[in-house]
Amino acid sequence: MSSYTVLAPGVLSLLQDLGRFGQAALGLTTGGPMDPQSAYWANRLLSNPQGSTLIECSIGGLQLKANGSSYIAVTGANAALTINGKAAQAWTTHKVSNGDVIELAMASQGLRCYLAVAGGFDVKPQFGSTSTVLREGVGGLNGNKLQAGDSLPVAQVTSLPRLQLPVQYRPQFNRILTLRLIEGYQAASFASTERQRFYLNSYQVTPQADRMGYKLKGSAIRCQQSQLLSEGICYGAVQIPPDGQPIVLLNDRQTLGGYPKIGSVLSLDCALLSQAGAGVEVYFTPISAEQAHNALCLAKVRTDAITSQLVTL
Amino acid sequence: MSQVQYQLSSAGENALMLYFEQRIDPAISVLVQQACELIRAELSEHLLDILPSYASILVVFNPFSTDLYRVRRQLQDCLQQLQSANDSTGKQIELPVYYSEESGPDLARIASTKNISIAEVIRRHQAVSYRVYAIGFAPGFAYLGEVDPLLQMPRLSTPRAKVPRGAVAIADRQTAVYPAPSPGGWNLIGLCPTAMFTPGATPVMPVAVGDEVRFVAVDKAEFIRLGGEV
Repeated sequence: MSSYTVLAPGVLSLLQDLGRFGQAALGLTTGGPMDPQSAYWANRLLSNPQGSTLIECSIGGLQLKANGSSYIAVTGANAALTINGKAAQAWTTHKVSNGDVIELAMASQGLRCYLAVAGGFDVKPQFGSTSTVLREGVGGLNGNKLQAGDSLPVAQVTSLPRLQLPVQYRPQFNRILTLRLIEGYQAASFASTERQRFYLNSYQVTPQADRMGYKLKGSAIRCQQSQLLSEGICYGAVQIPPDGQPIVLLNDRQTLGGYPKIGSVLSLDCALLSQAGAGVEVYFTPISAEQAHNALCLAKVRTDAITSQLVTL
Repeated sequence: MSQVQYQLSSAGENALMLYFEQRIDPAISVLVQQACELIRAELSEHLLDILPSYASILVVFNPFSTDLYRVRRQLQDCLQQLQSANDSTGKQIELPVYYSEESGPDLARIASTKNISIAEVIRRHQAVSYRVYAIGFAPGFAYLGEVDPLLQMPRLSTPRAKVPRGAVAIADRQTAVYPAPSPGGWNLIGLCPTAMFTPGATPVMPVAVGDEVRFVAVDKAEFIRLGGEV
């Protein structure tokens, strides 16, 4: 058994797997990586089973020391990666040895980096998942974010192929996003003029954007229904509170809520929104549930196809 | 046997909402509970999550192993099997409460607003058997209803930054026990020493949706003996 020591946790570093499913009836939210596509590639570059526990580092500043030989890969937001002070490429497998110091600088494009290690971090799951949800104090190491001095156990791995995801397949984190939305929930309680206003105007990501949800700012939308009986909230649900400013509810959302919702953003686009900081411009466009299903299945096929294009170094 | 009224609505790329008549009613809550059992069995491994509430069920399915049309048909099959007005199968639970002005900072305000004595507030809160309608907001937070009309109080206009673990609270027609310290806008009337959410324990929660809960007053000494902290 070898391990990594957290020298500095950075702004916010959380252990995550795929998320916590099937526990919503206890009031537990899903958690999981905010950008599951980037998290997927971090594990894939290390030939890890999908959902192996990795670190989501928001904004940057993470420093780790390797105790034993291992392999790492960093994906997601664009942040300078160094190993022992030497620049190393993201989206690439790197070998690390005992005593090596791994450092992630602040992200310049995108918000969240994913650092995976060969075999995944060996953390005990809680309620079927290692995903950390701070608000609930569940997952990770005792429900906490990473702190300096934490020791993260991993399997010792001595030999792995070194892989790289070609640049053209890496996600782009743009300053303007179009979020595909499947209408649902109380969509019928929004007048057609309100829906038009919602789709025609742009919204801005506000500083009130975190793992729970992204509050947007723009043209206010009115709903004919103001309060409803509390009901289940799915990933990506767009809630319209009385001030008319949409909130996209994400991984750490509350499980139940009583504000009207116009529909839900496609998960593929939630991942891109999660990489957006304050000021990013957002448009919504409606798609049918059938189109959403097609988009999901095609994205999966595309990912599988790209997997066969990984470059061996 | 009357036909069960429901509406199926889209919620997201892999989620459907099943709405019953939108009101707080034990008969509807029984339908929700029974429909959940049928849906769990029918969708089995295709079900990612299921989230029951007062009069709705959110069904989240695996979009790579099934599809919207199949799930929709399966839900309709489940609802065909549902019979209205079946009896509840929940268990009966008693929760001890230390009611006092020390442990319930809003007791006096409720009493004066409603023009009754504090003792009457405490008596009325215990006089009702409450149904667990939903669990959510936070892990282990159970929405219990319905509160005696004379005790119904709106949420605080400014929520408290910190409500202690075990706080017994009222908001509108609902009452609840805070399972962990958290911000909260409900009116606090006492403290319950029973752990409402214990990761790793079996069961994790003493209550489930559909259970009946009664509150029973205990004095401070008994509250502390049961593990409570003021």
